[in-house]
Amino acid sequence: MATEPTSPDTTPPGAGRDTTGSRGSRLLGVVTLVGLAVLVVLAFVVTDPDVRIHPTSGEEFGQFDAVRMLYVHVPLAVMTYLAYGLCAVASAGVLIRRTPWWDVTAHAAAEVGTVFCGLVLVTGSIWGRPVWNTWWEWGDVRLMSTLILFLMFAGYLALRRTTGDPRASSRRAAVVALIAVLDIPLVNRSVEWWENRTLHQQSTLGDLKIEDLTLFTLMLGFLVLGMVLAWLLLHRFRVGWLERAALEHSVAAAIIERRAETPTSEVHRAVGEAGDAGTAAGDRS
Amino acid sequence: MTHVGYLIAGWGITLATLGTYALRVVRRGRNLSTRVPDAHRRWLEDQGPEGA
Repeated sequence: MATEPTSPDTTPPGAGRDTTGSRGSRLLGVVTLVGLAVLVVLAFVVTDPDVRIHPTSGEEFGQFDAVRMLYVHVPLAVMTYLAYGLCAVASAGVLIRRTPWWDVTAHAAAEVGTVFCGLVLVTGSIWGRPVWNTWWEWGDVRLMSTLILFLMFAGYLALRRTTGDPRASSRRAAVVALIAVLDIPLVNRSVEWWENRTLHQQSTLGDLKIEDLTLFTLMLGFLVLGMVLAWLLLHRFRVGWLERAALEHSVAAAIIERRAETPTSEVHRAVGEAGDAGTAAGDRS
Repeated sequence: MTHVGYLIAGWGITLATLGTYALRVVRRGRNLSTRVPDAHRRWLEDQGPEGA
């Protein structure tokens, strides 16, 4: 026996609960803010500038205080890889499982990842000006591959905004994400594969060419920016979930409203048709 | 300290962008929350009745 759809729960949400926050996310937010404050103090006050003495001439050289960009630029880049990697995993989930959870996760990770990737490009450009004496180098393979990564995920987000069948749109976007994520190994390994075509130095972390307080501050940067990423992903996921729920809720409400109206309108139409028939019959007689 | 302008620009743009984006996400969430019953917000389960 078919059951009639019930009226959607129109209970107004309780006061103070209209938020994407939870106890856990608030705790994470507070710890993240404290971590950011500690990171800024370490990066600007506690760590030393990069000043080296030339062995023969005795002149000072190095990045000086511009090296303090290291503590924000490199963690942002690694968090971009993580966000886009999560987007790719969730996009595979969209294609295999086809459930809203994977779709909302993929969309959230792509949006947050694109914010991070944009900041990687901006902070890299600002860091490059005093160190390389240029804002941008079109021939640098890492810069270009990062820009391509950013543009591909910007395209992903544009595709998500297209109108039409939302399920087809999310499947198309998932395919784009799986192709775009192939650029990440290219970005990461470009300085080794095309070492003559980049201004970037090779990895200093793998061989532990930096140490002590600089390394500690950089690791703290990874941790804190990782917490920022987690907090943003959590809240952006909940926003995406609410968007779906709001749409379903409004559609359900509209259907019920329409069904409630149907008998009355049918009566009116029937009355109108009966009246017209009577008039026509009267005319004929 | 050298390169102060670059440092302020780089760190400032990063913190301002992340802060602005976080605020935007929270506001979008608040607007949407008023249109959706509590039952659709499973993350409220770990809160008390007042939404502590």
